[in-house]
Amino acid sequence: MTQTLAVELESIGHFYHPGDWVLRDISAHVNKGDIFAILGPNGRGKTTLINILLDVIAPCEGRVKITGRVGFVPQLFMPTFPYRVFDMVLMGRAPHVGVLSSPGQRDKKITLKALDMLDLGHWADRPFLELSGGERQMVMLARAIASEGEVLILDEPASALDMRNQQILFEMISQLSHEHGLTVLFTTHQPQHALTVANTAMLLMNRDTSPIIGPVDEVMTEETMSRLYGVGLRQVRTEHDGQVLTGFLPVPPEKRSIVRENG
Amino acid sequence: MFSQSAKSHAFFWYSGLSCALLLLAGFSLGIGRYPVPLGTVFDILSGYVFPGPHHWTDVESMVVLQLRLPRVLAAVIVGMALAMAGATLQGVFRNPLVDSHIIGITGGASFGGVLALFLGLPVAGVVTGSFGAGMLATVIVFTLSRAGGFGSLMALVLSGLIVGAFFSALVSLIVFLSDPDMQLPGIVYWLMGSFARVDYPKLIMLAVPTFVAGLLLYRMRWRINILSLGDSDAAALGVNVVRTRWTMLALVSLMVGAQVSVSGGIGWIGLVVPHLARMLTGPDHKTLLPTSALLGGVFTLVVDNLARTLTQQELPVGLLSALIGTPVFAYLYWRRQSGWHGGGTP
Repeated sequence: MTQTLAVELESIGHFYHPGDWVLRDISAHVNKGDIFAILGPNGRGKTTLINILLDVIAPCEGRVKITGRVGFVPQLFMPTFPYRVFDMVLMGRAPHVGVLSSPGQRDKKITLKALDMLDLGHWADRPFLELSGGERQMVMLARAIASEGEVLILDEPASALDMRNQQILFEMISQLSHEHGLTVLFTTHQPQHALTVANTAMLLMNRDTSPIIGPVDEVMTEETMSRLYGVGLRQVRTEHDGQVLTGFLPVPPEKRSIVRENG
Repeated sequence: MFSQSAKSHAFFWYSGLSCALLLLAGFSLGIGRYPVPLGTVFDILSGYVFPGPHHWTDVESMVVLQLRLPRVLAAVIVGMALAMAGATLQGVFRNPLVDSHIIGITGGASFGGVLALFLGLPVAGVVTGSFGAGMLATVIVFTLSRAGGFGSLMALVLSGLIVGAFFSALVSLIVFLSDPDMQLPGIVYWLMGSFARVDYPKLIMLAVPTFVAGLLLYRMRWRINILSLGDSDAAALGVNVVRTRWTMLALVSLMVGAQVSVSGGIGWIGLVVPHLARMLTGPDHKTLLPTSALLGGVFTLVVDNLARTLTQQELPVGLLSALIGTPVFAYLYWRRQSGWHGGGTP
């Protein structure tokens, strides 16, 4: 069966200072309906890649092709003015509202529906700035849903969420992908998040090495993940209701290195 | 539904402020060195629209229709323009401490007007010079900011400050060179801002650009919310940030250029009024712009009434707006130390 491409990255390269490449030779194809996780250590260019995907910055090399409209969930969000939650989510309708127009009744209905999907309807009238970091991330997800984009991009979507909200978020991502055919790309520092929900992962290795891309089960191994983060990691497996659950745990540092650190 | 209550809350303030503005405008037409009773003012205005037998004197008619009406209308339009410009700029620059000075337009327009006065040009020359130099300042800011990274907000702010400072220096130079007896008093008075010399031709010069730019800004007001989220987020929402921002700045420049050309430098209204408006109807620019416009009209009319009635000699409006605006701003600062966020809709 032929699959439709939703996102194509062709030999993407970017630097902020000439010669100091943040990203180099990044190529990837993401099929429609895929959930694509981007993993990499701090400073490896995950946010730069997100900005390139969002067309916020133009890559120095290569090109990006996205089929369909994009919805975005930023990592941290602190607006200058204390808009209500409803107004924040309503802004997701921007691609559907003309330059000289304001949102109409249909946009408001879609906004309320997006809030209800995440069980956030009761927050609609609350000032966004009064919410906790995790609550804000959920509201930003509602905004992305309200934008009715075909491609959803999330920057560290669960970084401020507790376990329950992480579960809600990933269930929602899974539902949007499987039931609504949305293509989802997200960055994360938690391998567990990629294992929970993604079917494809991109590991942004060091700057001189091409990224490793493939099905999560194949590319996320003890060896690759240990190399990715520069620490020893062991994969653990357990079972629940016939379902295999996997994760990575860091190997404890050697005793003598702890003694040295403690003086 | 909650959005209905927000809408009715905003409608309440629109209605209240509109009534206050109309009543205040009627009252303003009657007060002054030659008082005209409010009933007579109403009769003169209705008699102008529906001619018939009248009981008022020609002097009363002349004072109301020829002297005070253009002045009152100009004060209302200027207040609306400055408050809308301030609310727009604060949203676009994501900074509640911004007004039209930041994009250099006020400095440029002041220079044009002062130069015309220095050269002894007639009133039309002052208006044209000030309007033209204001627009020139905007073009220079536009060009400079391209060199410093066209899309960057910081490049824009720095370019505005540079251009504003340059034109302020030129204004100071002309003030220094002008004849202390023949030219200086007129220049200083004009720089302090006044509606005293507004007539119908000037009113049209003010009203047409303000109406066109104000209407377009009003239609774009929801986009200000999007821009206020920041460049990355607005771009991710599919908005062409640079083009939208420059369109709004050009419209603001048009309104402020028209204002300075007709009434000279009037500060603080664009800074203070949007804060007061946020306390009434919240931060959403969809309601903030109309509320700011109405409140700006009321505020400026009150200031102008005080300017022409407080003392025997008329005080400059710009001076009074600063005298009133600064303590109001200090009060707002004291009240909102946790952040310049204003109130929300209930």
